[in-house]
Amino acid sequence: MPKVTGWSLIRIYTILVYVFMFAPIVVVIVLSFNPQQFGSFPLKGFSLRWFVKLAQNETILIAFKNSLILGSLTAVVSTAIGIMASMAFVRYNFPGKNTLNTLLLAPIMIPEVILGVALLLFIRWLQQPKSFALLVIGHVVLTLPYVLLIVQARLGGIKKEYEEAAQSLGANALQTFKEVTLPLLTPAILAGMLFSFTISFDDITATLFWATAQNQTVPVKIFGMLRNSISPEINALGTVMIVLTIATPLLAGYLSRKLSRDR
Amino acid sequence: MRPKSWKPWALLSPALSAVFLLLVVPVCFIVVYSFWLRSPTGADIVAFQFGNYTKFFADFFYPSILLRTIRVSLESVVLCLVMGYIPAYFFYRSETRFKAVLLLLIMLPFWISFIIRTMSWINILGDTGLINHYLIKFGFLSKPLGMLYNEGSVLMGLIQYLLPFMILNIYVSLEGIDKSLLEAARSMGCTEWQAFKEVTLPLSLPGVSAGCLLVFVLTAGTYLPPMILGGPKNEMIANMIFKRVIGTLDWPFGSAISVILLGLLLIIVWTYNRYLGINQIFKSLQGE
Repeated sequence: MPKVTGWSLIRIYTILVYVFMFAPIVVVIVLSFNPQQFGSFPLKGFSLRWFVKLAQNETILIAFKNSLILGSLTAVVSTAIGIMASMAFVRYNFPGKNTLNTLLLAPIMIPEVILGVALLLFIRWLQQPKSFALLVIGHVVLTLPYVLLIVQARLGGIKKEYEEAAQSLGANALQTFKEVTLPLLTPAILAGMLFSFTISFDDITATLFWATAQNQTVPVKIFGMLRNSISPEINALGTVMIVLTIATPLLAGYLSRKLSRDR
Repeated sequence: MRPKSWKPWALLSPALSAVFLLLVVPVCFIVVYSFWLRSPTGADIVAFQFGNYTKFFADFFYPSILLRTIRVSLESVVLCLVMGYIPAYFFYRSETRFKAVLLLLIMLPFWISFIIRTMSWINILGDTGLINHYLIKFGFLSKPLGMLYNEGSVLMGLIQYLLPFMILNIYVSLEGIDKSLLEAARSMGCTEWQAFKEVTLPLSLPGVSAGCLLVFVLTAGTYLPPMILGGPKNEMIANMIFKRVIGTLDWPFGSAISVILLGLLLIIVWTYNRYLGINQIFKSLQGE
């Protein structure tokens, strides 16, 4: 039957694409447990020595702290701004709406290198030094369009009628927001924060322009380490980051489900 | 209803001022700076001259990097299309109950550190990497194949980064096709292949073109894969910008290269938007 062979070819092809997509990720994890001196094959057993060495590496720990603070600040600011803007787009009609929406989404299409140079040039013109604040505002610009996309999609499902019902039943504006709008918004807020945190935590290109030796993030640190050659420590660090970035959305998904069930 | 026309503007003002102050104004600065002069001492001199642009096109060095950037972007579009269409079609037609999981899995690399994923190709393609090690061990090779630091390895990194964007765009477009159209085609005597060729393929083209545009634009501005997986001969325009701005602190020239890259992308996006409309791209990104 020709139809069956066609379909099975499609399946095999799809499996191969998955292999391609996941090979680099699997190899990082496998090699991080390899006790060899160099971060490469052959596999010589199972060891946690590179994780131990990683935990003792002061500069990496500092970079981790920087990345966590940066990601959290970015997530809060970007989501706050993004939720407000999304409310405007979803709830109201006003002139120039589509143009403005496209303008706010534009940073997705602008190469990070250009965002990096542009902001740095601006800061230089203002005669401000590179600082942690620069990283935060830069990351807000980078993440805002994604927050807008995600949050707008989630907000679309919340009907205005719920709030109007609450108000017609006698709730004041604050009560309406606290009891109706906010609980309905929570999944959108969580999704926005999660997205912006991950993008910020992961960003490398623009961050290379904005970071200094004092406020390195984890990817910038890895980039610096790569100049020498791949040390097994980088693989171990990669494994930690893979586990973290997979665990965070899973945890957030679990929390949001738990939150919505408790209500 | 209550008149509240100021309300959307109040809600929008933080986002608009952030994008205006931190994006629109700084990008204008790049344009202004690209006309400035750089003194031999390294200070920037306010000027209006085209020296930075004539320097770019003075010999073949910079234009060849621009051409290479365009070529690599086209290659990555074609490869992503070839590698992405079939999996997207698989998701569309498959009736497995693991479809949601499979879709989630293809999105998973989005969440995983870009630099780690890129770097790991060294683990796979390097002289002591996965492929060389096992090919030598099983006697297929006597010495390692040099697979790294060329255009091929750069493309590997690029595709691994961009393929989910392509698959997602095509899938969203396929998912929008009314399946009864297919049944109609089949009942009128089309073979499976004819139905695909005459119905599915044409109707999925909006997603295909959106995916192609996104992949092209993202490749043209890419910095990391050529930096980590390429050699000096594989540098792209973004690497040049970084070198001029961070390396030699030549801000005016770096700005001029940035304007040239931005101009290239603008022409492409503008042309695309004029004939096909840009919103399809944002639609599929929303599904993430």
